[in-house]
Amino acid sequence: AALKDGLRSQVSAALKEGRVTPTELCRRCLALIKSTKFLNAYITVAEETALKQAEESEERYKRGQPLGILDGIPISVKDNFNTAGIETTCASNMLKGYISPYNATVVQKLLDQGAVLLGKTNLDEFAMGSGSTDGVFGPVRNPWSYSKQYKEKSVLKSHSEDEESDWVITGGSSGGSAAAVSSFTCFAALGSDTGGSTRNPAAHCGVVGLKPTYGLISRHGLIPLVNSMDVPGILTRCVDDAAVLLGSLAGHDPKDSTTVQDDFKPFELPNLTDVSKLSIGIPKEYHAPGLSSEILALWSKAADLFKNAGAKVVEVSLPHTRYSIVCYHVLCTAEVASNMARFDGLEYGHRSDMKDSTESMYAATRREGFNDVVRGRILSGNYFLLKQNYEKYFVKAQKVRRLIANDFVKVFRSGVDILLTPTTLSDAAPYTEFIQEDNRTRSAQDDILTQAANMAGLPAINVPTALSERGLPVGLQFIGRSFQEKQLLSVAKWFEKQVQFPVIQLEEVKRHDKGVFQHQKSASFS
Amino acid sequence: SPVTREAGRCRRGRAGTVLGQRGERGPVEMVLPWGIPPSGRSRVWGSGLAPWVPVVGLEIHAQISSNSKLFSGSQVQFAAPPNSLVSFFDASLPGTLPVLNRRCVEAAVMTGLALNCSINKKSLFDRKHYFYADLPAGYQITQQRVPIAVNGSLSYSLCIDNKMSQMVTKTVRIKQIQLEQDSGKSLHDDTRSQTLVDLNRAGVGLMEVVMEPDMCCGEEAAAAVRELQLILQTLGSSQAVMAEGQLRVDANVSVHHPGEPYGVRTEVKNINSIRFLAKAVDYEIQRQIEELENGGTILNETRAFDSKLGCTVPMRDKEGKQDYRFMPEPNLPPLILYDAKSLPANMNHQQVINIDWIHERLPDLPSVKREKLVEQYGILPEHSFTLLNEDGLAEFFESVVKHTQMKPKKVIGWVLNDLLSYLKQHSLTVKESPVSSFLLADLLNLLEKKEISSTAAKQVLAELWKGEGKTPLEIVKEQKLELLQDQKELEQICQAVIDGQENEVIMVVWG
Repeated sequence: AALKDGLRSQVSAALKEGRVTPTELCRRCLALIKSTKFLNAYITVAEETALKQAEESEERYKRGQPLGILDGIPISVKDNFNTAGIETTCASNMLKGYISPYNATVVQKLLDQGAVLLGKTNLDEFAMGSGSTDGVFGPVRNPWSYSKQYKEKSVLKSHSEDEESDWVITGGSSGGSAAAVSSFTCFAALGSDTGGSTRNPAAHCGVVGLKPTYGLISRHGLIPLVNSMDVPGILTRCVDDAAVLLGSLAGHDPKDSTTVQDDFKPFELPNLTDVSKLSIGIPKEYHAPGLSSEILALWSKAADLFKNAGAKVVEVSLPHTRYSIVCYHVLCTAEVASNMARFDGLEYGHRSDMKDSTESMYAATRREGFNDVVRGRILSGNYFLLKQNYEKYFVKAQKVRRLIANDFVKVFRSGVDILLTPTTLSDAAPYTEFIQEDNRTRSAQDDILTQAANMAGLPAINVPTALSERGLPVGLQFIGRSFQEKQLLSVAKWFEKQVQFPVIQLEEVKRHDKGVFQHQKSASFS
Repeated sequence: SPVTREAGRCRRGRAGTVLGQRGERGPVEMVLPWGIPPSGRSRVWGSGLAPWVPVVGLEIHAQISSNSKLFSGSQVQFAAPPNSLVSFFDASLPGTLPVLNRRCVEAAVMTGLALNCSINKKSLFDRKHYFYADLPAGYQITQQRVPIAVNGSLSYSLCIDNKMSQMVTKTVRIKQIQLEQDSGKSLHDDTRSQTLVDLNRAGVGLMEVVMEPDMCCGEEAAAAVRELQLILQTLGSSQAVMAEGQLRVDANVSVHHPGEPYGVRTEVKNINSIRFLAKAVDYEIQRQIEELENGGTILNETRAFDSKLGCTVPMRDKEGKQDYRFMPEPNLPPLILYDAKSLPANMNHQQVINIDWIHERLPDLPSVKREKLVEQYGILPEHSFTLLNEDGLAEFFESVVKHTQMKPKKVIGWVLNDLLSYLKQHSLTVKESPVSSFLLADLLNLLEKKEISSTAAKQVLAELWKGEGKTPLEIVKEQKLELLQDQKELEQICQAVIDGQENEVIMVVWG
């Protein structure tokens, strides 16, 4: 079994048949994490507990009683999910060294199903960002920066005077998770998605990124960014795996009152052969300023793919989408201001040595604990929540949010099944270029295609589609109806099969660790 | 809210004296529910040049009596070791979420119904932000926009001219009842300049009952709160013990001349008994009048009642006027309640709260109980107040009545004059009474059957208080207190007396 195999059809079978053991899988992943350390994808590697979990899994397989498909599968979790006994930092000085006494519900569910938790992945501080460049542990590097595909193109363009400045960002804020999945250090990873934080890095790293419907997966234990939009995200290497993870995570949680009461039945995705009954909507507003011609062309090609297969492809309009960014900014910062209030240095986390008074201790703690981005959002959020501003900004933004959500309702009511859009405006930017602009500007640009789905609570998925001229991944986004994940993923799977996205060829890693990639060729899709 | 108390001294030394000399404690049945004798009826406030109209509104926080907190599973318990009842949520650990406690909602619905409120079928939770050491999340979850109950009323009675027999019933409008979290407790150690925080109370469910400014003096406020306290205790929605902080009262006080708009109001806090509430409000009214009559102005400020000095002093609010930056609580969906009409057919009973179901099961409220007592036993209305005012006294009375042939009208005298005054003298509750209702009934039966005289009965009762386990009959026998029933024996005794006093008899015979 190769590390890049699908869970349901290949890895699970290999484990069951004893062709590979959970401990072997775990050791291989841990070795790869070490050899890809330069990617900075992980903040904490839980080697000891991971090996222990793998051994326990191995025992179960030996007894012939594995817990299910996920038993023995190495996974990683974004470092804004609480993990009992393993540091949870949110990539912030505020929580450096913080060890939570409890597991997030999603983490607990994975562990209960036998998954092996390798470690915690890097992110922008408190998930505020779109590059995974603004965390206290430094930026995450996109594995594709070190791929054969990218290297060849950059040599052609003689783009690289200096190899060090050449690497591209992962996108964010779940960049660590996306890089971890993309570089084969784990089979799946949890991210979080508030405005696109799972789908955006998935697109840049060439992996599948699913943001499920709001309320389908518990947020208990996810350190919040915007409670009313946050959703645990799933990052995998194929759509089938995303469905496996979704099935293991979805469902009502008595600890999260915003999860739906209805039972969730895990599903296996059908192999769609006929898409002729589908109606695919192309929202014209997603033809946004700054959309690269390359991606535009890819988007049209994808639409044609559906059309040629007999699907109905219609242009639709989501007129309020253009207000989405500014509306998101108000709602997001307001909730951030509120959510961050608890970090006062008293109960947990960083506490300043300042002892003049309680108030000065608070102020110093928060100044030392948060980066500029977090502090900036707290400041604007508090401004929007002031009594004299509340109606003007917050209430108005809530109304606009409703209009944005209604746009989607109308489109779906008109008979459209799935919306097809780009996930990002362009392929991943080189780090040196990316940091020229400030976090707020970048987030506003990068979230533009993804966060309306968060506003409306809809399920959306990034499917890696092709490589750009620079040899970097480009993805397209499918947005589905609320709680219609099965339909959404089925279509995504069909599309995935059509486009045959190439496997990353990690030169650098090969150099570091030849053994792991010995099966690479045989497992390659094309 | 975060306020730091300023060490203050009363400016007015003669607190309360202007309200008229308070009488000594009257006979037991004359004592008002909250233990202070009432002052005069149409009191004239101020110097009399232009009369003043005081206006008093109340904000009352009642701690909900429930096993666990409003949004977490931690236990609720008074005086537990510090920080022993704190869940991850209560300590605001990152990633924790609130889960609404059904019992707390039911308690609020019961209270709302008992206070004649409309129950909102959909209410919302909000975050109220401020930084304080005993508020770990940096915000309190409350119901600012749409509270669970609105537009109610509370009727309460108080007596006029110091006479229990002249009672008037008044009504105060209830603006709203909102569910909210309690804060923890901070203990400031000034000498070591540190603050100790106990989060046991953090997150306990509170009902904030907002009373409109329909009252005009301390007694009215006190009577209204006492009635509310009785209602809460009857419902069991709160234990409402002020000394344990389960009932906290803040009073909003202002004064104005008739026909003019309301004056600037002050908020009086730190009131920890009903008796002090009456004192604090009256002090504050008088202080404001004096201030205004001396050409001063009233500041819109928070003042603390100092029970030792008997006056109110300004509290220093460090941050000045707070902007609480209210925001909808995103982690709690709207609280939806149902009634018989709106209840979905396929809903699990455990998952929904049916207002009608709760309504049908409300216990008799104090006012109804009083009426029933008056009707059933023919006692005076004021007696019914006293009976309900003492926890367990009405039940005690009813038990005595049940086990004796004596008429309730006569029983009431024994219960109120003898039993209650004894208990008060010895600071005992009805439950702690050494004389049970059965013993008292036995005694009253002896009296009713004329086996002992009323004087002897008091003697027996005095013996019974000792709680030595003797029955009234045993005491009567021991102390030979029986009335003589045998005519001949009586004649013989009389004859013996006459025979022994020959001279006196002759003098009487001769006139």
